[in-house]
This record gives sequence, C-alpha cells and structure tokens, in this order.
Amino acid sequence: MNNLLEAQSVSKKFGNFTALNQVSISVPKGSIFGLLGPNGAGKTTLIRIINQITMPDTGQVFLDGEPLQTHHIKDIGYLPEERGLYKSMKVGEQAMYLARLKGLSKAEAKTRLKYWFERLEIGDWWNKKIQELSKGMAQKIQFIVTVLHEPKLLIFDEPFSGFDPINAILIKDEILRLRDNGATVIFSTHRMESVEELCDQIALIHQSNKILDGKLTDIKKQFKTNTFEVGIRTSNNLLLEKELSEKFVVSPASFKTLGDELMLNVKLSEKDVPNDLLSFLTSKGEVSHFVELIPSANDIFIQAIKNN
Amino acid sequence: MNHLSLIIEREYLTKVKNKSFIVMTILSPIIMIALIAVVAYLSQINNNKQRTISILDQSGILKHSFTDTDNLTYHILENMSLEEAKEQVHKNEEYGLLYIENFKDIDKLGEHIKFFSEESPSLTLMSALESKLEKQLTDLKLEFEGVDVEKIKASRVRVNIGQESFIGEKTSKIDSVVKLIFGGLAGYLLFMFIIIYGNMIMRSVIEEKTSRIIEIIISSVKPIQLMLGKIIGTSLAGITQFVIWIILGGVLMTVLSMVFGIDFAQSQTGQQEILNQAMQNPDVNTEIQNVITAFYNLPITNLIIAFILFFIGGYLLYSSLYAAIGAAVDNETDTQQFLLPILMPLILAVYIGIFTVIEDPHGTVSTVFSFIPFTSPVVMLMRIPFGVPIWQQLVSLALLIGTFIFTVWFAAKIYRVGILMYGKKPSYKELLKWVKY
Repeated sequence: MNNLLEAQSVSKKFGNFTALNQVSISVPKGSIFGLLGPNGAGKTTLIRIINQITMPDTGQVFLDGEPLQTHHIKDIGYLPEERGLYKSMKVGEQAMYLARLKGLSKAEAKTRLKYWFERLEIGDWWNKKIQELSKGMAQKIQFIVTVLHEPKLLIFDEPFSGFDPINAILIKDEILRLRDNGATVIFSTHRMESVEELCDQIALIHQSNKILDGKLTDIKKQFKTNTFEVGIRTSNNLLLEKELSEKFVVSPASFKTLGDELMLNVKLSEKDVPNDLLSFLTSKGEVSHFVELIPSANDIFIQAIKNN
Repeated sequence: MNHLSLIIEREYLTKVKNKSFIVMTILSPIIMIALIAVVAYLSQINNNKQRTISILDQSGILKHSFTDTDNLTYHILENMSLEEAKEQVHKNEEYGLLYIENFKDIDKLGEHIKFFSEESPSLTLMSALESKLEKQLTDLKLEFEGVDVEKIKASRVRVNIGQESFIGEKTSKIDSVVKLIFGGLAGYLLFMFIIIYGNMIMRSVIEEKTSRIIEIIISSVKPIQLMLGKIIGTSLAGITQFVIWIILGGVLMTVLSMVFGIDFAQSQTGQQEILNQAMQNPDVNTEIQNVITAFYNLPITNLIIAFILFFIGGYLLYSSLYAAIGAAVDNETDTQQFLLPILMPLILAVYIGIFTVIEDPHGTVSTVFSFIPFTSPVVMLMRIPFGVPIWQQLVSLALLIGTFIFTVWFAAKIYRVGILMYGKKPSYKELLKWVKY
C-alpha cells in the first residue's frame, strides 16, 4: 500500500449546494501533498471529511487501507484554518487538555510538551494565559498540539498565516523534519511559493470538482508552453526581432541584465527543437541568456482555473 | 468515554476556577441574606411603631367597643365638632381620625363612617377596623330587632373537617400548605437551575465558537461528546454552587440571627396569621405538631427519587436546547429570538404550578401538563407531594426521557453543524435543514 490516504469519489451536499462532487485523491506515504483551490472550492469540506468531522454523502475514505473509523482520529493531526484557543485557560493546562483528548496519558503528554516547548523556545510560557500571548505565539502552541501525538497523517490548513518570516521558516523546517521522520502531510494553502517549496504532489479543487492532480513536476511538464526567455547582443536588434517573429511567436520579456541586449520570450511550436533556436541565435550574436520558462505553481493555479 | 470524562473535568474546573463564578458563589448568599435581614429588620421596626387613632363618635353607640392593643391606642374624643377634631388629630400627629356620624338607622350609620388621615391608611388596619365595626353594628342591629345575641354566640358550631385518604392516611389543611411549599420549592429550584446554568452552557458554547478552538476540539472528539461533556460539567459546577449557597446561607442566617437578634420568621408573620385564621386553631403547639406530622406524611422517598429523576430529565432536556442555541449563533445578542420558545414552556410550567396545582393538584390541567415533557418536570414535582399514582409518574418520566433523547439528538445535529458555521444568524428554516445534513 503506497498511499497513506485515499479518498474515492467523495461527494457532499449541503442542502442544494454541492460542496464536493466526486472528488478522489491519493496521498502517497511520506509525501507532502498540496491541496489547492480558490476560496470556497471545497478544500475545507474535504479536510473535515478526512477528520470525520462531517460525513460524506457518497464515496469512501481509506487511511492505510482501512475505511475511516473512530480510532483513526489519533492517527491524524489537524491544524484548522479557523483556529484558536481557550482565552482564559493557561497555556500548559490547555496544551495538556488537547493532548489528552488525542489519547496521550498525562505523563506522556507532559514529557512531550516539555520537549516541544523547549524545541520552539517557548518553555517559559507554560503558566501564561492565552490572552497574554500574541497571535503568532498562540499559533506555535496550536502547531505543537497538532503534531504532539505523532500522527501518521498531518493536515495543515494555511499553517503559515499569522507567523512572521522567521517563525514561518521555523515551522516550515519542522514540517519537513516531520516528513523526514515518516509522517505524511496534507497541506492546504493559497501561498503558492510555499507550495513550490514544499509539495511533492498537488491536487487542485475548483467549484467542488477536482480539476487537476499529480506530481508537481509532472504537472509542470504538462503546463509548460515550450517558451524560452532569450537575451542576445547583436548589431541590429530590430532586424533580429523581425526575423525571429517570422519563425516563432515572440513577445517582449524582461529580466535583469547588465547591458542592452534584446530581451524576448520565444515560444516554439511542437515540432521545433530548442537547440535549433539556440544555434540560430548564436549565429546572429552573443547569447547572454537562454532559459526555459517553467510555469510556477501560481501560473498553473491561475491557468487551470481559467481553463475550467 | 475517556474523552467525555476529560471534557467534563475541564468544563467543571474552568467554571469553578473562574473568578466571576467564585465571586457570585460567595456574594449571592451574602446579598440575599442581607436583603432578607434588612426587610426583616424594617418590618420589625414597622410593627413596633405605636399608632394612635382618635375616634369621634357622634352616635355614642360605638365608642366603647375599641380596646387598645400593643401598638394601637384609641383615643376617644368628645364634645367637639369634626373640624376641631381634625385639627387636634393633625396637631398631635396622630395616625388618623375615625369619624362616626349620628344616624338612627344603623345601616345608614354604617355607610357614613369616615376615616381621616395625613397619608392613605394601611390596608390591613382599614380592614381590621371595618370588620370590628361591622361586627359591632351587626350585633346592635340584631339586638334592635329583638334577637338575643348571646344565644347566637352560644349556638355557633365549629367544624373542622378531618381529611383522610382511602388508605387511611390522615391529612389536614396544614398538610396541603406543607406540600405546596415542598412541591413549589422543588419546581422553582429546577426552574432557576435551568435558567442559570442553561445560559452558562450556552455562553460556553458561544465562547468556543468565537475563540475558534472548536474545530481543533472537534477533530479529536465527537460533537455529541463535547456537548454532553459541557452539559454535565456545567451542571456539576452548578450543583457545587448551589450546595455552597445553601451551606453558606444557612451559616450566615444562624450567625446573623444570633448576633443581631433578627428574627427571620418575623417577615413571615403576616402569612402565618392568615394561616392561623384559616386553621381556626389558636393553639400554637398543635400547629407545630401538625406541621411535623404533615412533613412525615409527605411521600418522602417518592419525593426524593422523583426529584432526582425529574430534575435530571428536565435539566438535560432544556440544557441540550440551550447548547444547540449556543451553537447556532455567533454571539449572545443573537440568542434572544431562539431563547423565547424555550422560556415560554418553562414559565408556563411555573404558572401552572402556582395557579393550578394549588387550586386542584389532580385536576385536568395540572394532570395534563404534568405529562407534557416540556412542562412535566416542574408541574410534576409540584404535584408529587400531594400524592401522584406511581403509574402516572412512570408514564410522565418515560415521556420525558423519550423527549430528552430526541432533543439531545436534535440538539446534537444542530450543534454539529452550527459550531462550524460562522457569520450569518440562521433562521428556523435553516436550523431544520441542518438537522438533515
């Protein structure tokens, strides 16, 4: 069994509103899986179904090959997007309570919490009340409580919101470390640069339907347009631009340069080979820049949604 | 199950450790006792105040029928006009002037008696004077008609109906009063408990929603567990508070009455006198004995068991609805429209308890409402001291438990959906839709 989590044609309706329509995803063991989509696409509903907070109307979810059951709750750690803590409770008490709800014994919870509090350098917060903490501080505690019981599957919904850049990196490194230690991560966010950095696999949900999924690299290959960013110095830039635009689709490009090269995006057709373009260019002048344009996760996101 | 006890523990501890809860627990009995003490003290002063009433009897037939009492002195005026009498009474700062005009016809005389005073006179004093005058004038009229008043008095027969149930239990009117007090107390206690702690549950659900911790919790436990844990934890905190109130109140009452010599029963004298009259039994000792036998006559075991069962059933029924309301809204101001339909049957139950059960504990209205689950806990608790057949209690309890299971199920449905809904205040129609999700 290579997939830790498998959702098979999951549908969910709220009254007349379809929140999820026949959505299937497979999350490989030990991967970081990006669950993407615009606001209101149905991501949170899917995550809640995985967490057994809501039940699907049709379809099934398997964790480690077994249909979801109550005992799976302790195998999942969930950091919701809408998250908070009891305002009037002390940090330590609260963390203990949440840890014990996940099935940890009192002693076990205490040792693990001490370890994590030290690790994230918040050891002296134990007796503070939540209302004394800043938002970022409270987020750290929520993060700890999510991962404390060492679940097989971690689900983070917008984990970086509310963190300053330093703490965001700290949390990102923790997520990567947890993955390296064997956890599987589902990661839901709008921040495409963190998708780019972290995710191995993604699924894109739009208007209750899954419109895209697979390995990030595969998807990028699928979305690349065979376009190259070119910088070249010649005696006559205008002439070259004219010659190029007769053969290929050309548009102006911009990137950082030292001189006054001609900067263009050149889109090759299916039958064209990049090397032919390069040799053509070298025959015309001094090539300073030649890069294949790989679509960013952001581009893919926007493109996929537009196409739909 | 383990989760449930954890939730109960947390709910209980956070409630009990909460500052305002502690303050309320300690202050409430103090304030209550202080208020009662002030009222008792004031009525004591009031009762001890000496009042003087002047009487100007132009007819001369009534002036001998007034005898002074502990705090009321009659002052007979003679040989002066009404104006002079008024002036004198006013000057001497007396309580008032009773003016009896001279008429031959006793009926006419009775109709023209007047009372002059600075302020409007106390109602009890007026009715006392009225009954005294009425009696005198009636006697006079009888004598005038040639009837021997002494004979009538001698031939008056006293009747005191001895009440006994078919199985031989002796009851009396004082019995009914004791029963009423017990039943009323039990019903009212439940009513107060539901309102105070139901609200507390509702607020604690709203707090979880607004602090956004709910989704974190709900990914570990089932919503129904969370809801039940909340209800049970809060009730335990409530019971703790009640017990402390009773103990503290008792201690304070004893201390206060010992230190300041305030007789707390003083404020009750009014009712006791009425009771006395109703009993037509001036012997205080027998009265106390009657109360004690009445107490022993109560179906004590039945009362205690029924109290516990109906209390739990009624409380759970309503508190699950409170929890559902808390889940349905985002803030407390939105709760009003949903609270009304909950409060209506509760208040109705108390009114029925007060007005109908007293009148006729086994009449149609009280019997019917002691079966309807939303009113049955209060009404039945008020009826039980009067002896309700066991089968009725069992049927009512069964209905209550059935409804309670239904409302918990219903509330859990709303709760499950509601706790994750933010923003718009739902309509009743939407709430019904949630149940189907």
